Amino acid sequence: MSTNPLATQTAVDDLYAEAEHWHVNTGGETIHAKRLAGRWRTIKWAAASVWLIYFLGPYVRWDGRQAVLFDIPNRQYHIFGATVLPQDFWMLSLLLLFFAILLAVATALVGRVWCGYFCFQTVWTDIYTWIEEKLEGSPPQRRKLDKAPMSLSKFRIKATKHALWLLIGFITGISFVAWFTDAPALWVNFFAGESGPVAYMTVALFTVGTYGLAGFMREQTCFWLCPYARIQGVMLDKTTIVPTYDVARGEPRGRVKRGEAGDARTGGDCVDCNQCVAVCPTGVDIRNGQQEGCITCALCIDACDQVMDKVGRPRGLIRYASLDELEGLPTKALLLRPRVWVYAAIMGVALAGILYGFSTLAAIDLKVLHERAPLYVRLSDGSIQNKYTLKILNKMPEELSVRISVTGPDGLTLVGAEEPIVAPPGGVTPAIVFVKVPKRSLDGEQHPVQFHVEAARPSGAVVEADRESVFIGPRR
Amino acid sequence: MAENNPFPGENNTGHIWDDNLRELANPPPRWWMLGFWASILFVIVYTILYPSWPVGQQATPGLLGWTQIQEYEQGVAQVDAKRGPFEEQISQMTAEEIIADPGLLQYTLASAKVLFGDYCSACHGSGGQGNPGYPVLADDDWLFGGSIAKLTETITNGRKGAMTAHATILSQEEIDALAHWVVEMTEGGAGSAEGWELYTAKGCNACHGEKANGVLVELGDGEIVSVGAANLTDSIWRFEPGGFESARHTIMYGVNQPGVPETRDAVMPAFGSVAKVDDVEVRKLDDQDIKKLAIYVNQLGGGG
Repeated sequence: MSTNPLATQTAVDDLYAEAEHWHVNTGGETIHAKRLAGRWRTIKWAAASVWLIYFLGPYVRWDGRQAVLFDIPNRQYHIFGATVLPQDFWMLSLLLLFFAILLAVATALVGRVWCGYFCFQTVWTDIYTWIEEKLEGSPPQRRKLDKAPMSLSKFRIKATKHALWLLIGFITGISFVAWFTDAPALWVNFFAGESGPVAYMTVALFTVGTYGLAGFMREQTCFWLCPYARIQGVMLDKTTIVPTYDVARGEPRGRVKRGEAGDARTGGDCVDCNQCVAVCPTGVDIRNGQQEGCITCALCIDACDQVMDKVGRPRGLIRYASLDELEGLPTKALLLRPRVWVYAAIMGVALAGILYGFSTLAAIDLKVLHERAPLYVRLSDGSIQNKYTLKILNKMPEELSVRISVTGPDGLTLVGAEEPIVAPPGGVTPAIVFVKVPKRSLDGEQHPVQFHVEAARPSGAVVEADRESVFIGPRR
Repeated sequence: MAENNPFPGENNTGHIWDDNLRELANPPPRWWMLGFWASILFVIVYTILYPSWPVGQQATPGLLGWTQIQEYEQGVAQVDAKRGPFEEQISQMTAEEIIADPGLLQYTLASAKVLFGDYCSACHGSGGQGNPGYPVLADDDWLFGGSIAKLTETITNGRKGAMTAHATILSQEEIDALAHWVVEMTEGGAGSAEGWELYTAKGCNACHGEKANGVLVELGDGEIVSVGAANLTDSIWRFEPGGFESARHTIMYGVNQPGVPETRDAVMPAFGSVAKVDDVEVRKLDDQDIKKLAIYVNQLGGGG
């Protein structure tokens, strides 16, 4: 093998040079990000406040009960006026499809907005670090406190912080459980020791999970644990707008020299102040380009804009921009991109399905099981009898008196349904009925029959359901 | 052990193959060792608490006193506790009252379905659809009556039909004429006058009744007196496959006739009878089970 020592040396140098850029944050050091007020900071707070619904939602009442209640023991899911039973759960798959596509379309258009503004991991971490800043001070003060030996004042500060963190974790847990049981009663029962073991375990899990993930794991969760961070990474393309450093404008970066007039600078606009790194909650350098660590929270935009104002340069050295835009390529309008339309169509279908499902939530549901042993019975008068088990599902909150009728071959009679069937609310009531058909009306083995059930609600409204089944006669 | 270890200063065991493939004596990770010792500790504690070590035909009983049969019995007791209230109600109510109570009827049918599968379905089919030679229970043709009382009687005491073999009593022409007459009525006809005359003259009505419907006396409310003779006027055949040949065979050789090899077999055992099992007298089915089964059969589709 021939070796060119000079060429090898150059290759290694390149590798070393590249390695400089690949500083990987492995959590060896806690990221203490600087907090700056700004436009994107305000937007981030506003977006995070969506989570107030999670905490306050269970206390909204509707019609004398909890507005949204996922009642697992009774297998009833109340969403305002609607009651969804497990039989209607196909709507859940559409709902999941809708949100999956929403995540995809949002990512394709504006990058990881979920991560940057809405994700519980980043939002809770933001709250935790906000508390940390209030108690321990600015990032340098925090680093100093971390290094300082334990003292009474340090202990007091730390203890307060951890207590608050745990309290938030606890409220997070109990709020989760509150969606599944009567919320005001939960608070009473929980502290009276009368809640179920599942409730205590869930709250404990959430408390520990929130405390650990938002207090300690923080951006490491996004780096190493979260699958969505990876999935979303591949959803970006050159037309996606994400917080981007304008390389052409910024480079070559250089520190501002003392006494140098603003317009005398020959280099790029980046003054290498590292403010963008200082404010980054995941500790990445946006100037290295879009990278896996970037959750697109846009806090670096705030930081850079403030610096640009100070040095008298136009804002937007770091801004929301697509790769195409940076490279000077033409950018397509939002509505001209086919993927916007495809995603929108899928979301539309899913949404339409959910709306259809909710608008047609049947009050009663009917299933008909044809007896198989025997398929039919010959009666003494020569007519043929089939046996059916009807399963009547009453989704209404009151008891219903259900009348059964059937249509099919000529001369058919229904036996065993002379009296209405009493169907208790929220459950399935079986009813065994017989259908008799004179032999002369049967010209083959199989004949369709339609079962119909109906009941009057106390309000006077009639609820009904139909189900087709088969009547089987002897082979000719 | 290799005399001269080619990889000195390395914690290999000296086992070296193919010049450089060697076995190292690295300790396992600490978490693994902790798990290892913990599992051994678990086994020791477990074998103290639960039956484990074989000693002769037995095993050490374990401190907790747990046994498999005990766990099984606890499970059965749990099930019985659930069923208890229902069984109590069934034992105190009449069959008619049970049928009128939809909830209890559901329990009774579900419970009797198991009994039916165990005791009845071998002959009568899983859904009462019958088998060649064994009557269909899902239709409305009852040789001995389909009321709860009659069904209870049938299940408790069993049944054995009887019909004389007429091969030597009647002429071949008479047998054929009667068989044709029966087929005619089965297909919906009223039966020829000659047939009715022959039927009465030969004394068939003594068992099959004046109307040839198997009923000797009607007591009202569906209660009948019969000897279990078949209804000759309906479209259901007692013995498969039905039709002229079947009818002829039954007339000639009868039912349950000793000494007639071709005779029809029609015997139902008594399920309320007492049998000795390990010197203990047990009934095949107790009154409660028979009550449940009578309701089940009554509700199969043609109970009257």
